[in-house]
Amino acid sequence: MRIFASFRIAGRALRRNKMRSVLTMLGIIIGVGSVIAAVSITSGATKQVEDRVASLGQNVITVFSGNFTSGAMRGGWGSAPTLTTGDADAILQNVPNVVAVSPEVRDRAQVLANGLNWNTQVIGESPDYPQIRNWNIAKGSMFAEQDVRSIAKVAVIGKTVADQLFPNENPVGQTIRIRNIPFKIVGLLESKGFNLFGQDQDDVVIVPYSSHMHRITSRIYVNSILVQAASTEAITKVQSDISDLLLSRHRSREADFTVRNQVELMQAATATSKVMSILLAGIASVSLLVGGIGIMNIMLVSVTERTREIGIRMAVGARGNDILVQFLIEAVTLSAFGGSVGIGLGIGASRLISSLMQWPTLTPVAWIFIAFISSAVIGIISGFYPAWKASKLDPIDALHYE
Amino acid sequence: MAVQTNPVIKLVEIHKTYHTGEVDVHAVRGVSREILPGEFVAIMGSSGSGKSTLMNMIGCLDRPTEGRYWLDGIDVSTLDRDALADVRNEKIGFVFQGFNLLSRTSALENVEMPMLYNRHRIAAHEQRDRALQALELVGLGDRADHHPNQLSGGQQQRVAIGRALVNRPSLLLADEPTGNLDSQTSIEIMGVFQKLNDQGITIVMVTHELDIARYTKQMVVLRDGKIVTDEKVADRLNAERELAHLKQAQAAVKLE
Repeated sequence: MRIFASFRIAGRALRRNKMRSVLTMLGIIIGVGSVIAAVSITSGATKQVEDRVASLGQNVITVFSGNFTSGAMRGGWGSAPTLTTGDADAILQNVPNVVAVSPEVRDRAQVLANGLNWNTQVIGESPDYPQIRNWNIAKGSMFAEQDVRSIAKVAVIGKTVADQLFPNENPVGQTIRIRNIPFKIVGLLESKGFNLFGQDQDDVVIVPYSSHMHRITSRIYVNSILVQAASTEAITKVQSDISDLLLSRHRSREADFTVRNQVELMQAATATSKVMSILLAGIASVSLLVGGIGIMNIMLVSVTERTREIGIRMAVGARGNDILVQFLIEAVTLSAFGGSVGIGLGIGASRLISSLMQWPTLTPVAWIFIAFISSAVIGIISGFYPAWKASKLDPIDALHYE
Repeated sequence: MAVQTNPVIKLVEIHKTYHTGEVDVHAVRGVSREILPGEFVAIMGSSGSGKSTLMNMIGCLDRPTEGRYWLDGIDVSTLDRDALADVRNEKIGFVFQGFNLLSRTSALENVEMPMLYNRHRIAAHEQRDRALQALELVGLGDRADHHPNQLSGGQQQRVAIGRALVNRPSLLLADEPTGNLDSQTSIEIMGVFQKLNDQGITIVMVTHELDIARYTKQMVVLRDGKIVTDEKVADRLNAERELAHLKQAQAAVKLE
């Protein structure tokens, strides 16, 4: 029997009892709709977190000084200064698959320019910093390796600092005073927005790390070292190579530093939404189960009501299988149509939520397929018993059913 | 007859026993009969005579517990469910007392329905053409789009006959086809059967009304699961003539 004809017959049978069909579908519609809406919201949130982690740069490994992962009480992050610019040079020269390195020193300082002042984060970096962080220069350029060597008084500033100190002005070429030392602004960074921890990443002044260590603060240790690996696949190897190198350089048995990569950060940040997703999947399967039971119930009623029709079809030559397929297709039509409506409503609801509550939402295409396929599968499963029952009817009894 | 023709139906010592509870019901007890192409047979008998059981077996809806049954040369007494369904689809056209049309489905689609279950696919346009032809044959070519609830009882039965003919069966099987119809419409339907039989279609009909059986060619009477009478209809009625008489009579009543 033709599948197309079966769908037409199914469509007609369902239209015959419009209200009943709609009510039956409602279970699937609500189930699928809430799944799609919930998935959209969680994946929107996850995507936002991922974007922020990605804004840290591509294939970035961070080496922090101080062993703050130990269970014993320690001073905390940076309290045991161990990392030097020499470590950074060694990593660049000795570890394979490292494309860029930037020793990082951080401090807060009052900066002055234009008769205005602003308290901001002043960080020392290498010229590779924008490449590592995947951060473009909007105007001017990044300082050069030469500036690091000559401990030059040059700076690249973020958008927020530029807005505060040079409103409606081009800051490039102007002078900014950091702790009263004049630095020439050579570049303006593109805006990058807030990071994972809610900090304004544009509220920053970047100077050569040598200038930072010798002119602004007088330090011999760096806070951390940013390392860029050649590829995502290389990250794990590079990470362990760095550990080995630093352990031998520091001549210590226990690591006095921590090496972290982005993937770990990402995992930590998305752990919550993973739990949420599992919870949602649980709720979704329960509601879809309920929807499936509804379909099975109605299909059983339908088989009973249409016993005589089944008898007629059998009398004119329908095999048990033809009847089975017909009722299965009817159940699948119900559930798949309900699923489609649910997908539409779910997307609509998540759009509405994102516009009303300013939440980022994202409906993954894969989930639309998953939702559709699973509603069709539910139709097959819950329609099977009633359809099987119909196919086993005796044609004589069915024909004389009142 | 000089020409040897193969029987459409060949029943040899057919028995049917129902095992219901403690008592075995022996509904058909040894029926043997051949029906040749072009015959028009009425099976008669009171309720409990076994005529419905026999009909179900001839219609391949049921299998005999004993005996052999050849339909169009095929031994169908041993076939399984699916094979019987295929035989019903290809060889038998059913007409029922209660018409058994699908409601809210047009006459055309009702007639097309058996073709859905053909083992050989029939193209959609061919299905349509054949269904329209069948409707023309029963005089309802202009009612193809009507639904059963828009048709009179006689018209519904014509649609059912169209449906029975659409797969070009070797046998038309009618189970009390006039049972739900008034006398005039009954004669009309018998007229349709007579016309079809004149075209060579073999018809077996179950009825308990003697005056309906008189439109057929042969009367078989069953009692207690056995054939007791099997004779040619002596004073055969012609539906066309009877209808003309009836209309004259009606016209006369109205004139007065």
